[in-house]
Formats: sequence, structure tokens, C-alpha cells
Amino acid sequence: MLDRTIIAILISAVAFVTVYAITPSLIKVLTKKNMVVKDYNKEVATVVARPGGPSILAGILASEFILYVFFPSPQILAIIITTTLAFLVGLADDRKVLGGWFKPLALAASALPIILLGAYAPPHLAFPLFGSVKIPELYLALIVIIIPVMGNTINSIDVLNGVASGFMTIASFALTICLVIVHNYDVALASLPLGFVSLAFYKYHKIPSKIFPGDSGALTLGAMYGTLSIVGHVEILAAIALLPAVINSFLFLSSVKRIIEHRQIKANPTVLTEDFKLMASTDKSAPITLVRLILANGPLTEKQVGFVIFRLALFSAALAIITSFMMEIKL
Amino acid sequence: MRGTPIFFYIFVMWLLIIAGGALIVPIIAHISIHGFGKTDNLIDSAVKASIAIMLVVIWILIMSKIKNWIFHKQINH
Repeated sequence: MLDRTIIAILISAVAFVTVYAITPSLIKVLTKKNMVVKDYNKEVATVVARPGGPSILAGILASEFILYVFFPSPQILAIIITTTLAFLVGLADDRKVLGGWFKPLALAASALPIILLGAYAPPHLAFPLFGSVKIPELYLALIVIIIPVMGNTINSIDVLNGVASGFMTIASFALTICLVIVHNYDVALASLPLGFVSLAFYKYHKIPSKIFPGDSGALTLGAMYGTLSIVGHVEILAAIALLPAVINSFLFLSSVKRIIEHRQIKANPTVLTEDFKLMASTDKSAPITLVRLILANGPLTEKQVGFVIFRLALFSAALAIITSFMMEIKL
Repeated sequence: MRGTPIFFYIFVMWLLIIAGGALIVPIIAHISIHGFGKTDNLIDSAVKASIAIMLVVIWILIMSKIKNWIFHKQINH
């Protein structure tokens, strides 16, 4: 146990310090190469470096490799490979805009190492209060679905300064607590870098953003979260902690009724007021999103909207932790 | 507080997930198909998958109805 505690401190520090130290250099390089995008919700025209995925991946790989040296396991290897593949998919999308179906399919392929390494065994889905279901073949299909769903869910919530990284910080620390409660200490250890990487990146991503994660960053975070949920057998708990983002995707898909990229949407769900606050669009063709619903009762600043989303994330995190205690009870 | 209906919606989603477990575990966990030789596992999984997909579709329909009910004012706005 002492060994695990020391390793936990070590990998958490490595994950945090790597991202904290690398990101300023990445911002400089990206800005020098003119890899910047406009930040639309600002009073003064601002450009922000993008993507921050490389520093996020560096933090994850540095810490997970150290963990692998001390505790070699197919689970950690699956986390490393799947997360890296998802990063490459995101990076490809950052460099060149890809079709709406490309990302889900490529992310599904990124999930294959989990299956090939057998990191998912045993193939069962655990539910609170009622036990688990053994679903050997069906579980393989579920693995291939979970990674694209989690990746795109995190990507879809990356709409305002600091939201994706702040949201992931809350959700991933909640996931670590859930893993500890269900006594899955090895995967809990492997999940720590995700929280610390997100926290370190939030330092630069929070309002006013100095860097955006881009698809490479958001998909890396989402894919790692999804892989942790599979290898840790906490799929349901992970989904609960992610509910605000799930709602965002659900509202978006149920209003546009097809799988498309956010950039393909013609009518923006929010508009800027004269005093640079965000306001819900009155355009009926604009998709319904989480931010649009938050703004339905009147305009808010970008920072205020972000904090409402963080409160929702904390609420979901609390529900996930309560549910993890319910996993121990069998009716 | 801003976003109160969304907190409520998350809570309803959570209850539906718990209720989903109450349906899935007793139904799917007890299905065991035999008599088809080597294809037993495949048929067993196909039946379980069909039930699971059906339950997910029902879950989405319920969520959609609840969404319209909770966010009626906001969506109209």
C-alpha cells in the first residue's frame, strides 16, 4: 500500500509538472507557426494557440510509462496505446477538417488495442444494486462504441474557455474516487494522471484562454477516460460523472437529428450581446445545446456559464460517487 | 439558481440509469440459449444485444419526452 501511495504521488507530480512546464513552450511554437484560431467571445479581437493536445499527451505518456515500469499490466498498456491513437485521430482533424463520420470510425478503431490486449476481462457490465451482467460478445461491441462516444462527448463540451479541461478535472477525479470505492486500486492509480493533466492544462485553458485543446486534446482526454472506464469496469459510474456532457451531446443530436461536426452548424446556438455577454439565440434553426439552455433565462458572461457547467459537473460527480457506494449493495 | 431544470434533468437521468439496471440485470443476466451447438454463444449474444438496443431506444425516447417536458419554456424561448 505504501508503494502504491509513493507511486501515486510520483505519477501525479510527473503528469502535472509535464503539462505545466511544456504548455508555455507549445503556445510559443504554435503562435510562431501561426497555428492560432480566433476566440469569438471576447471584447477585443483575440487569437489563441491550438491544439494543446501534444502537451496533454506528453503528460499522460510520461506518467503512465512510469506506472508501467513499476506495475506492468495490459490495462496500462491499453490506456497508453488507445489514448495515443485517439490523439493521432484528433491531430489529423486539427490539421485537416475531416468528415463527420471519420472521427467516430477512427476512434472505434483506436479501441481495438483494449480488445487485442485482453485488458477488458472479465467481460461484464456492473450495475448498482442489481449486480453485473456477463455479456461476452456484446461487451466487445460496447468497447468499440464507448471510446468514440466518450471522445466526442468531451469534444462537444469544448465550447468555452476552460470548460473541457475544468470539466475533465472534476469528472476524472470523481472517477478515481469511484475506482477506490469499488476497490479497483490499480486502475485508480492509472486514472490519477488524467485528473492532474487536465488540472495543469486548465491553468492555460481557463478564461482568458492562452491555448485551446483542439480535437487532439479533447479526444485524448475523452479516449483515456473511456479506456479507464472499460479496464476499471466502471462504465456506468463513468457515464454518470459525465452526464452534463452526455446531455449536451443528446440535446445537440436530438435537435439536429444527424451526426455532424459543430463547425458544420450554420446557426450558432448563442450570440453575443453589446456588452459581450453570451445570450441564447432566438434562431429556431440553431441547435439546442447545454450552453443555450443555461442562457435561456437571460445573458451571462462566458466565465459565469463556465461555472454553471462546473456546478453541474460537481453534481454529477457526487451522483457517481453515491452510485459507487451502491455498487457494494446487492438487492 | 441558474440551470435548476438541468440539475433536475441530470437527476432524472441518474434515476433512469438505476432503473435500467433493475430491468437489464434480471432480464439479460438470466438469458441462456442452448441447443444450437457452436452458435449458442452467438445467438445468446444476439438476443441480449437486441434486448439491450430495445431498452436503449426506450431510454432515449423517455429522455426525449422528459427533455421536452422539463425544458418546455426554455425550448420555446
